[in-house]
Amino acid sequence: MLNRYPLWKNLLILLLLALGLLYAAPNLYPDDYAIQLSGTREMYQVDEPLLERISTVLEREGISNKGVELQDGNGLVRFADGESQLRAKAVIAGLLGDQYVVAMNLAPTTPDWLSALGAGPMKLGLDLRGGVHFLLEVDTVQAVAQRLDVYVSEIKTKLRQEKLRYRLVDHRSDGSLEVKFADEAVRDEARSLLRKDYPEFLLSDETVDGAYYVVISLTEQTVRDIEDYAVKQNLTTLRNRVNELGVAEPLVQRQGRNRIVVQLPGVQDAAAAKRIIGKTANLEFRLEATSQAPAGTTETYEFRSQPGRTATIERDIIITGSSVANAQAAFDENGMPQVSITLDAKGGQMMGRVTRNAIQRRMAVLFVEFKNRTLTETVDGVVQERRIPYVEKKIISLATIQSVLGSQFRITGLESATESSELALLLRAGALAAPIYFVEERSIGPSLGAENIELGVMSVKIGFALVLLFMVLYYRVFGVLANIALTLNLMLLVAVMSLLSATLTLPGIAGIVLTVGMAVDANVLIFSRIREEMSNGVPWQSAINAGFGRAFTTILDANITTLIAALILFAMGTGPVKGFAVTLSVGIVTSMFTAIVVTRALVNLTYGGRKPSRLAL
Amino acid sequence: MAKQNKIINFMGLGKAAFALSALLILISVGSLAIQGLKFGLDFTGGSLVEVGYQQDADLGKIRQILGEAGYKDVTVQNFGAATDVLIRLGETHDPKLGDTVLATLQASETQQLELRRNEYVGAQVGEELREQGGLGMLLALFMIMVYIAFRFQFKFSLGSVLALAHDVIITLGFFSVLGIEFDLTVLAAVLAVIGYSLNDTIVVFDRIRENFRLLRKEEPVEVINISLTQTLSRTLMTSFTTLLVVLALALFGGETIHGFALALLVGIVVGTYSSIYVAANVMLLMGVSRDDLIPPPKEEDVVDELP
Repeated sequence: MLNRYPLWKNLLILLLLALGLLYAAPNLYPDDYAIQLSGTREMYQVDEPLLERISTVLEREGISNKGVELQDGNGLVRFADGESQLRAKAVIAGLLGDQYVVAMNLAPTTPDWLSALGAGPMKLGLDLRGGVHFLLEVDTVQAVAQRLDVYVSEIKTKLRQEKLRYRLVDHRSDGSLEVKFADEAVRDEARSLLRKDYPEFLLSDETVDGAYYVVISLTEQTVRDIEDYAVKQNLTTLRNRVNELGVAEPLVQRQGRNRIVVQLPGVQDAAAAKRIIGKTANLEFRLEATSQAPAGTTETYEFRSQPGRTATIERDIIITGSSVANAQAAFDENGMPQVSITLDAKGGQMMGRVTRNAIQRRMAVLFVEFKNRTLTETVDGVVQERRIPYVEKKIISLATIQSVLGSQFRITGLESATESSELALLLRAGALAAPIYFVEERSIGPSLGAENIELGVMSVKIGFALVLLFMVLYYRVFGVLANIALTLNLMLLVAVMSLLSATLTLPGIAGIVLTVGMAVDANVLIFSRIREEMSNGVPWQSAINAGFGRAFTTILDANITTLIAALILFAMGTGPVKGFAVTLSVGIVTSMFTAIVVTRALVNLTYGGRKPSRLAL
Repeated sequence: MAKQNKIINFMGLGKAAFALSALLILISVGSLAIQGLKFGLDFTGGSLVEVGYQQDADLGKIRQILGEAGYKDVTVQNFGAATDVLIRLGETHDPKLGDTVLATLQASETQQLELRRNEYVGAQVGEELREQGGLGMLLALFMIMVYIAFRFQFKFSLGSVLALAHDVIITLGFFSVLGIEFDLTVLAAVLAVIGYSLNDTIVVFDRIRENFRLLRKEEPVEVINISLTQTLSRTLMTSFTTLLVVLALALFGGETIHGFALALLVGIVVGTYSSIYVAANVMLLMGVSRDDLIPPPKEEDVVDELP
């Protein structure tokens, strides 16, 4: 018998390998030192004229660059070396000021025709490129407690409005609320009122020492929603903060129920990063100044979304962001966008007191940000960065007061749903946030990252070379075929990793090394089987066929079980360990393809059609 | 090696192997119970600062300086190179810790020091990781057991899982006895060992299953001996190539993944031994026989059609 793959099968294998080569290729192009520019807000866009200005300035300063380009609304300036990059950063930051974020970055140099196909290099993890990693925990218990405070004041107001006499509304130690009544009938009426108005409450009755209670606890779903809201609010705030840091490719991501991961590649000064991240924005609600107001009692601020437009408002602050419990974008009964705001009890009282005498006047909401101006200066010949903190206040809303406002009110008259959600987002960012704590912090210096890459790549090379050598010595021609397959496996592994834009970490590199060692296993199984069949006197063409066939189930079972272990590792691991799980899993799949299908094709091509006197195995 | 027809009497050494395994497990469990594992920062929580020196660092002097500066509960050790120092502090969290430690050390040095790494892990996070790690390991063992019971038979699945537990316990024992730090990457390596050792065991099992169907006359002991002999060259080959690359990793991969490579090294050696002795021994003890595999599953027929 002859061992041959039909033509279509050979072509399919070739096609797959060609695709592998294509998608692995971007990793061959080294990254450029680059500076990335982005606007801090919608209205500050990076455009061609701006880039032209930058080119001119760089030319004047004598800093050579490899080109200025516009990419998805961000500017990118490439440099040949790190020194030019550093000098250029100072120059560009000085030119653009605070409206733009100027971040140092490594830009891939993937040729356009490859990028057009969706190909790009693998991402490097923090342990390989240096940077800072934070894990923050949101105090969700505190978030629930804050919300309960708001409920207490709402319930009091509601009962008063309905003229239901209560004695007390208070917290219980187990996290529930109690409302105390002297009269049973009033209690029952109050309970049905609460049941109607608050579907999120679980209500029960209690009678102790002649007093009648309604005990209120929140449904599991409501608690979840509050926690969710607290985490999302902090996520928004953190994203704003991180953007200000000027980091290329930052990661701010929720992890689990109440944690947030922040990764800042390339950042060295962890303490500074932390100061900025830890800070929150604030809000100030103030009345617009009347025309007769004395000059000393007013201040003029700019609108956040309309530079140049200003309004003069009173110095007195009605409430700050710490009184704002919630802000949500919604639509009113006519389908017009609006933002509904919930204040805590004290805030509601203050708001009521002030607005009672201010109907038809306008109220402004100021967004207060604690910012840093980064100065780059040269001290003793070393370029250093210095951050100078300052406070920026901008008006985000100026609306006419239609009636006396309490704990709950709405801002209407907004242009679009985009505007309402933007306003709600800003209100939440400045509102009372559940506290966050740092529970994990890792910072890796750039030299350690570079060293990790070097060592990792070296061990892959050495391990790979040893295996190649050993296979040739032991299996001769078949060993060479297996080695070709092994090399193709490495290429496919890199291609798949790049295609998934998976992050390569140091343990990930270890995973590649391990894959190389284990990938030969399939070939060893097959070759041992062929040798065995031949020693049993089976003609060698049949032996090849039987070897591949018999070994298949074994290889499948063995690899699936390893895959189970790898998947569990992926599910429970974080960061670097996840990287290991990814390379291991991908490696198992690609190695099965190359060891079984590609090696078979190679063996078929070498021995399939002819009848040599002996097999070099 | 493939041409040899002689069957090695592996199971003849069964008792000796059993004694060896029992001894190793006893030592491991004993050490794990008394000494425990030296958990790394990932699991214990705490702070860690890695400082790079230009010349060889004087650890004694560093300890003294830090002690005088009022740092309590400090461990100082070299990390990979004599110029590289790892300082572990039981300190609660302080974002500037890395910088203050560096400044403290720099004050009495003329050479330029470099802050290479600064890590802090909260105690609660560490505890959760330890819990998750243990759970993950148990889950991996359980799922593998289910898969093998489904693909083979219950006795096979118990044999392989006991062999895996054997490998894991001895690998952990190795880290406990020698007091090598056990961090997250080592845990990853232990899970990889589970995968690897299983790989080996499955190959042997596959052959045992095949031979039970092929050789109708032989006793189970002989069937197992024949199967082990037939797969021996492959078992050794694969272990050898894997050991080659892991050795490269251990020698050239750097200090950060040294523990990882070490765990793999131990795990692969133990795993190779266990797939020959432990798994098969357990099956024999449970009285595995031809009847366990009848009626034969159909996949044998399908297999010959596959490429």
